[in-house]
Amino acid sequence: MANITLEFEKPIVELEQKIDEIKEMSSGMDISNELAKLEKKVIELRTQIFSNLTPWEVVQLARHPERPFSLDYIFNMTTDFIELHGDRLFGDDKAIVGGFARLENRTVMIIGQQKGRDTKSNLYRNFGMPNPEGYRKALRLMKLAEKFEKPVITLIDTPGAYPGIGAEERGQAEAIAKNLFEMAKLKVPIIVVIIGEGASGGALGIGVGDRVLMLEYCWYSVISPESCSSILWRSWEHKEKAAEQLKLTANDLLELGIIDRIIPEPPGGAHRDHVLAAKLLKKTLIEELDQISKIKNEKFLENRIEKFSAMGFFKE
Amino acid sequence: MAWFKRSTDNIKSDSLKKDTPDGIWTKCPDCNDVIHKKQWEANLYVCSKCGYHFRIGSEKYFQLLLDEGSFRELDRKMKSIDPLNFSDTKPYVKRIEDTINKTGLYDAIRTGTGKINNIDIVIGCMDFDFIGGSMGSVVGEKISRAIDKAIKTKYPLIILSSSGGARMMEGAISLMQLAKTSTQLAKLSQYKVPYISILTNPTTGGASASYAMLGDFNIAEPNALIAFAGPRVVKQATGKDLPPGFQRAEFVQEHGFIDFIVERKDLKSKLTQLLNLIKD
Ligand SMILES: [Zn+2]
Repeated sequence: MANITLEFEKPIVELEQKIDEIKEMSSGMDISNELAKLEKKVIELRTQIFSNLTPWEVVQLARHPERPFSLDYIFNMTTDFIELHGDRLFGDDKAIVGGFARLENRTVMIIGQQKGRDTKSNLYRNFGMPNPEGYRKALRLMKLAEKFEKPVITLIDTPGAYPGIGAEERGQAEAIAKNLFEMAKLKVPIIVVIIGEGASGGALGIGVGDRVLMLEYCWYSVISPESCSSILWRSWEHKEKAAEQLKLTANDLLELGIIDRIIPEPPGGAHRDHVLAAKLLKKTLIEELDQISKIKNEKFLENRIEKFSAMGFFKE
Repeated sequence: MAWFKRSTDNIKSDSLKKDTPDGIWTKCPDCNDVIHKKQWEANLYVCSKCGYHFRIGSEKYFQLLLDEGSFRELDRKMKSIDPLNFSDTKPYVKRIEDTINKTGLYDAIRTGTGKINNIDIVIGCMDFDFIGGSMGSVVGEKISRAIDKAIKTKYPLIILSSSGGARMMEGAISLMQLAKTSTQLAKLSQYKVPYISILTNPTTGGASASYAMLGDFNIAEPNALIAFAGPRVVKQATGKDLPPGFQRAEFVQEHGFIDFIVERKDLKSKLTQLLNLIKD
């Protein structure tokens, strides 16, 4: 893996390549001391780079084309996944996937925004940008989960709701608004996880829940840094500054009370090890589900109102 | 999405503060007709030639809709703070202060209680003049409290929207106001208190993707722009020509998202009629 290397990842990848080369050339010779030293250096270098990431570098990691997407997590974390299609109203949106699956010993409804990995699959998935029917499918599946009393897990990974002509005609705004309204009332637990990009209303459309978790190298905000830059500074050149200003990283959002918990990623980011990334997420989800299953059904609306009502900063 | 783009673009010549030099005449941005100010005011800021509804703010809507002297404002002086320490071409704190000084408003919505032909209501009205009617913490909190008031009093809730979307300078916090207002409306609906949403020009982005689209009744003013992503963004993203009337109230009604469209002059009587019908 890791065929695509981001600028700031280069020193790490170069060192790793050097180690591979040495290994290859030294057949028979005992170089274990040397290798151990170099491998320690890789870890040090990675720790140093990854503990000093700028918000813009985090945005790049969140968008890494080799990052695990919703279906990767679903396949690596669950068994017996049955994908359910369609909103029963218009069509089946490929930018949102969902269905029942087993997470260890539980049945869960798992729903996520799905990106593609190459041009062809990206066109098929509309680059992870849902149309209204995607949000309506998600809601239909959540209602199914409610009916059969299964918890809901949503995975957020979208550059935004699709700003298309058809999307507008079919009520993109209404579809998102309705989901916020209905998710507030859903009588089963909802755990929301931001696994990549969390752009604006398109992300929030599956983002109202009892717990909001976020992987380490993701971003979540009201607008992308590029769009923010182009609106406020009338140019895309200030995207790095916009990324800083927006406070869109997991650490910032935890501090602001927007998210509840940060889930660690494998060393060097989730794209370096899909299996480990899924393992770490799965472990967290099981802990969270164990906790949340203690809440009484009639308390969900009350708790969600309390949670989201607390979000806001003002003076009187 | 670039919710904010349109809000700045949309501040065109129909702002009430931009008069023609002599201050007696104003020009309709739609049909270019020149209208005498007196006639314009008498016509509730609607072009008498083409029916163009000029944007008016909360003060004028309260005058138009509420029985004289019945308005009691709630949380009037609630103000934004700057949770992100945000600064673009101007620090957010400064932008707020300047806007307060310029408009005499404290944020992009005013809320309160009042009477419409003697029917008690809770009302909120957005002001586009305040940073493009953008929704940040104050808008979210004021709507949230207005909803609590409606639950407590059982008065129907009416919100007039006019917004370019969420307020970028509050980052994810502004995004969370969509969730905050919508979860509160879920509570309101459980108490069976009616909620009437009135969408005026423009209602886009975060406002339309939350409370503005969640009315038991969604009512629009003629020709109001109602969208998630505004026309410029859609055109840019798709590279396609937009259908005629795209995202205008009549188009949105035709696609099933607006109950009815009402001209400004008929708004009060129509609301009275509707409120009387659903009253027990
Ligand atoms: Zn006119």
